[in-house]
Amino acid sequence: MSPAQFLSRYGSEIAQRSGEHLFLVGLAIAIAVIIGIPGGVALTRSPRLSRPILAAANAIQTIPSLALFGILIPLPFLGGIGARTAVVALVLYSLLPILRNTFTGIKGVDPAIREAGLGMGMTDWQLLWQVEVRLAMGVILAGVRVATVIAIGLATIAAAIGAGGLGVFIFRGVAILDNSLILAGAIPAAIMALLADAALGWGERRFVFQRK
Amino acid sequence: MSSEPGLIECRGAGFDLNGRPIVSGLDLSVPRGEILVLLGRSGSGKTTTLKLINRLLELTRGEIWFEGKRTSEWDPIRLRRRIGYVIQEIGLFPHLNVQRNVAMVPHLEGWERVRIRERVRELLHLVGLDPGQFAERYPHELSGGQRQRVGVARALAADPPALLMDEPFGALDPITRSEIQKEFQRLQKNLGKTVVLVTHDVQEALLVADRIGLMEGGKLVEIEKPDGFLRSGNPAVAAVLASLPDRSRREALP
Repeated sequence: MSPAQFLSRYGSEIAQRSGEHLFLVGLAIAIAVIIGIPGGVALTRSPRLSRPILAAANAIQTIPSLALFGILIPLPFLGGIGARTAVVALVLYSLLPILRNTFTGIKGVDPAIREAGLGMGMTDWQLLWQVEVRLAMGVILAGVRVATVIAIGLATIAAAIGAGGLGVFIFRGVAILDNSLILAGAIPAAIMALLADAALGWGERRFVFQRK
Repeated sequence: MSSEPGLIECRGAGFDLNGRPIVSGLDLSVPRGEILVLLGRSGSGKTTTLKLINRLLELTRGEIWFEGKRTSEWDPIRLRRRIGYVIQEIGLFPHLNVQRNVAMVPHLEGWERVRIRERVRELLHLVGLDPGQFAERYPHELSGGQRQRVGVARALAADPPALLMDEPFGALDPITRSEIQKEFQRLQKNLGKTVVLVTHDVQEALLVADRIGLMEGGKLVEIEKPDGFLRSGNPAVAAVLASLPDRSRREALP
């Protein structure tokens, strides 16, 4: 089969699977950001909690991905066959880089700047939003970027639990030993990862304060 | 000492950390318009004393009064906005330009935009920076001396009656340093601010102080006007003065 024939046969499915893939990753990252950034900020305010919670997030990341998908399936609400389980697993994986980078980014703000801010009568909240988060934004966005690229790769495994996405091609290709099918899943996923990386990198340069 | 209570009054003020006294038995009255210099080596408790005044640290013993009210009765945020604070590292916000750094407290206080802009121009002039040239610059685009000036302008922004300065000229080269010290003196005389300035530099203390308080081991061991300080028989003072080159000691004498 020539590439042109291949595309005319699979083109629409590639587009559809890419859409599913993007949906899984986009939703998971959105949820991970909504939990992870405020969570990371909260951890900077309660040093006692930060250690166990970061350790837990770390531990989750060490679970092999296929196993995590499998573990989730029998769980009520979170589990089952399909997209929901995949999104839950991707959120769990994405949480650590976002949480940790938010935490370390804010902790890394020069203590003299914190002290000056507090000394001039800023409330903790004002200091946080007007100074610390702004200064930590580069590190926070870097965490989101890493999480996104990892999630795009991981989401291919979601096909194993019936969540769709580009992994469908890969599993099918592996099952019938057809490399072009594997590539039909792998290449769009790789391109998606590169584009996401570039876009978030651009966002980092564009919106983040740079100290020379 | 005058009978009128000082703007800042410490009465038996003390601060313990993990059961160890960092500052103890501090009695001190700073009248309005005075520059009080707290002199001492590192670890003598001078920075802690500043932080007790603006409640970045909480007293563990005694009390401090500001504007006739115990600091413990002040809302710490309100208290800090009434007291400008300048630290050695300056702590300018690196993501904000000079204009917005200086405008921070007025902005927090909800001043109108036009009033803030006028105030920033006025302050930059006051500290010897041309607003047209500097207002839009970022801290990393400034020299050490310029940053220091911006730090002072920022501390003065909401016109607080008092300033606390922690080694404010410490990071400057000697020439810029003496230049800014002199300017600072002039500025303070014009504005009549009450200043508590911390330094380990005896020459700086002799140059800018109305009174010098010498701290050692968390205690105030001597407090005198500069000429009295030079003549003090206190052995702790003698030890500090021994670090001065002879020439500057003679020059410092009235």
